[in-house]
Amino acid sequence: MGVLVVGGKSIQTDDEGYLVNFSDWSKEVAEVIAKQEGIEQLTDRHWVVIEFMQKEFKEHGSGPSMRKLTKESGVSTKELYELFPKGPAKKAAKIAGIKKPVGCV
Amino acid sequence: MSKVSIIISKGSLEGVYPGLIMANGALMEGIDAILFFTFFGLDAIIKHQMNNLKVATVGNPALHIPSLVGILPGMSNFVTNQMKKEMEKLDIPPVGEFIEMIHDAGGKIYACKATVDMFHLKKEDFYEQLDDIVTVGQFYEMSLDGQIIFT
Repeated sequence: MGVLVVGGKSIQTDDEGYLVNFSDWSKEVAEVIAKQEGIEQLTDRHWVVIEFMQKEFKEHGSGPSMRKLTKESGVSTKELYELFPKGPAKKAAKIAGIKKPVGCV
Repeated sequence: MSKVSIIISKGSLEGVYPGLIMANGALMEGIDAILFFTFFGLDAIIKHQMNNLKVATVGNPALHIPSLVGILPGMSNFVTNQMKKEMEKLDIPPVGEFIEMIHDAGGKIYACKATVDMFHLKKEDFYEQLDDIVTVGQFYEMSLDGQIIFT
């Protein structure tokens, strides 16, 4: 278990840094996690990905596959790896406050 | 682990996919990935072959179809289509799209020079995502600081 402090409030995370409760998520939380993941500034394009992941999570209980993400969000594979270098699915899920991706593709 | 090199040496559908899934999975984990296609594995990156790969229905005991049944006309097509349907459900893309996805994710795609020469192939025969045709020596040089997996 880990703890993330955002704006004086302590938020529970698992050992890998994923939020335990999605209800703790806020844009401020996303920005703090993004910085920890090496992303200094979340741009509009980052938000397209984050919001798509959250929508999928709310509808299906888990984040989308990479293929679904790139096909339906309008963010290409290339761009996705540029926005979230070194492991986009996991990084984007973490910043979006949703569970760690479970799919293989 | 920071880099993985995966050799794909077989040209059946079930011979190609594990390597593609592992390479893509590595990239998703932030691990650099190199794919090296050799012998019949080259079919996976040859333009007119890549989307027609078939499941081997003969000499494949884990398929649980007797070889005598497996040789029946249409059997390989039938099993291949079934498998493709199941893969589509899991969002596993067709070979061409998968190679493109791996390439766009930063993965490198190489063809084995010895096989290319043996089959009298040219660079134009390959999918545009092919980075280069390389020798075994060049492959080892590129894989120096990583792990190598043979499939």
